[in-house]
Amino acid sequence: MTLALEIGWGTTLAIKTLIVLMIIPLGALILGYTFLLKMMSHMQSRLGPMDPGGFHGWFQLVGDGIKFLQKEDIMPDEADRRVFALAPAIVVISTFLIFLVIPTGPRLVVQHLDVGVFYALAVSSLSVVGVLMAGWASANKFALIGALRAAAQLIAYELPLLLAVVGVVIQAGTMNLNGIVIAQANGSIFGMDFFGNPFILTQIVGFVLFLIAAQAELTQTPFDMPVAESELVAGYMVEYTGFRFLFFFIGEFGTAFAFAALAATLYLGGYAIPGVNGGLADLLGPIVLFVKLMAVAFFMFWVRFTYPRLREDQLQAIAWKYLIPIGLLNIIATAIIKVAVP
Amino acid sequence: MTTTETPGFEVDPALHRTLENARVNVELDNGDMILNLGPQHPATHGTLRLVVRLDGERVVAADPVIGYMHRGYEKLSEFRTYPQITTLINRIDWLSSFANEVPFVSGAEQLMGVEAPPRAQWIRTILTELSRIATIYLFLGEMGLQVGALTPAFWGFRDRELVLNLIEGATGGRFHPNFNRIGGLKDDLPWGWISECRATMDKILKGCDDFEDVLVGNEIFEARTRGIGIIPGELGAAYGVSGANLRASGVDWDLRRDGKPYLAYPEIDFKVWTHPDGDSFARYWVRLQETREAVRMVIQLLDGLPAGSIMAKVPRIIKVPEGEVWVEVENPLGQMGYYIVSKGATGPFRVKIRSASFSNVSILPWLLRGVYVPDVITIMGSLYFILGDIDR
Repeated sequence: MTLALEIGWGTTLAIKTLIVLMIIPLGALILGYTFLLKMMSHMQSRLGPMDPGGFHGWFQLVGDGIKFLQKEDIMPDEADRRVFALAPAIVVISTFLIFLVIPTGPRLVVQHLDVGVFYALAVSSLSVVGVLMAGWASANKFALIGALRAAAQLIAYELPLLLAVVGVVIQAGTMNLNGIVIAQANGSIFGMDFFGNPFILTQIVGFVLFLIAAQAELTQTPFDMPVAESELVAGYMVEYTGFRFLFFFIGEFGTAFAFAALAATLYLGGYAIPGVNGGLADLLGPIVLFVKLMAVAFFMFWVRFTYPRLREDQLQAIAWKYLIPIGLLNIIATAIIKVAVP
Repeated sequence: MTTTETPGFEVDPALHRTLENARVNVELDNGDMILNLGPQHPATHGTLRLVVRLDGERVVAADPVIGYMHRGYEKLSEFRTYPQITTLINRIDWLSSFANEVPFVSGAEQLMGVEAPPRAQWIRTILTELSRIATIYLFLGEMGLQVGALTPAFWGFRDRELVLNLIEGATGGRFHPNFNRIGGLKDDLPWGWISECRATMDKILKGCDDFEDVLVGNEIFEARTRGIGIIPGELGAAYGVSGANLRASGVDWDLRRDGKPYLAYPEIDFKVWTHPDGDSFARYWVRLQETREAVRMVIQLLDGLPAGSIMAKVPRIIKVPEGEVWVEVENPLGQMGYYIVSKGATGPFRVKIRSASFSNVSILPWLLRGVYVPDVITIMGSLYFILGDIDR
């Protein structure tokens, strides 16, 4: 099946850009609404977010948005003004870049990249540059400590994240995200190929590693020391107000959205569902992926709202003493089984 | 912890000199960074300022600066009459304001030779224990917030509201009841209050179980609190640390049992909980058990509530005869005492207030040496001070 109308590369690029530009704020809003406002309110008996607008507090998010737009844009006297202004943008851009390679259907993908996974993990670490810039340019000691913590933490957890993904790459035999989805859809476990082989079954260790490391990459509890509001107030975000703060907020939830989509693609079979092929798969793909990523995100936020926070040295100990060795063992085991069991 | 010698309270003059022209780059030169925690900081429960000198994230020296909320209650008391002073002193520790009133009023009663009737004493005990529950229950949730768990904090606020409703139902004031009168109480308990109180106590017990499930058994919480901020028993006593902070260091000392008998405590049965470790976890655990114990005490008190009058016979204009008296009680935060000097007028000549938090935070410079920044917050949270109780 081909597209009915021929469009030039310029138009395609414009459409793709528009979609990517829309999807991250939309994803951030959806996650913010569902988990931050609704799930957290239920867990914590909060009445506030259930009230505005009448039905189930639907207006709360709009109200929050309006509040951010109204706030005065304050910049500290000592701040490095250009770096200070640029930092939130870099954090958000890194989120947009991840979405370029996540497939939402057999042909619904912004950019087919043969090194898709590699690219996605590489650009996701770009946000640490923005965080460091924000922390340094704020000329605030809390922000500086927060930024340094964030840098140390993101570097430490980049490794387990990569090691976890390497297992999937070995099993699928490709780094292309679409290829990984196809490998899962066409795979079989013990000869049963009814629902393919979602890698969560064979790479369960990798999946757990990925979730833990992603939680650290997202600076969510129990790894939220860089923002730690009870000690560093809000870490690198402490001097940001209004729209710039909103950028960080969108970046935070947008990245959570992107990582949930990545986890769903790598481990839960992505956009594919058994028995659906061709044009219908393109149609249903985004919905299937959305359902799967919401399931992953639910788990992430559930942990976030339940657990206390680790200390910085304990966090490093977990990464270097446990996660990285387990990740290496997982790779070795996957490789051996891949060769031994054809 | 092996060192138990009492260190001097030295303040480094260099610390204050660099504070005046604090710039990030200047401080990075000498390797140490000076961080001002407070006066506006979410972990300080108000306006405590903590000047912390950091080497990386390790604390080299910490110096609490108090007095941002000094309201001069000791001096003000000299210009007020006895019935007016209860309005002031229930703002000292604003979370357990009823418990603040009791020692002052009973001190004045002792000077006058008046004794409140049994029913008034029992109701005072019930309300004191209720304010103990309200205070400590908030701590149980807030401690979660200090180590990063958001959810328990909201549970703490939610269920404390039920206890505050009870206090409001009996006294008319949620935070500042001003319910004690010299010689008794303003009113009797309202109709239906006792059954409502019993129902609330069940909910509090259930809430305590929830806290135990979500925090005490949690590996991360234990990793953050066990072995953090160990106070050796003798050193704590030397600094004047009292209440659950001292009991968590294994010192079995509770003024409700060991002090001069007051209120209805001699007539009820309760256990004083201690913990041998003396760390932040022990302080949390002791307070958790104390909340349960307080619930048990309230139920006992409700069962045995005597009938009768709630007000002794006192003159219309209260004049306290000449004399001096020292009253000390076990408040939710620790030992609280009033030294009242009367010269026979309608108001006291001099009042000295001994508040628990003031002595509890005095150990901070010793306790915070060499810990990491996140542990500073854990330790401050686990000591559980109220700013009004420090600054008065």
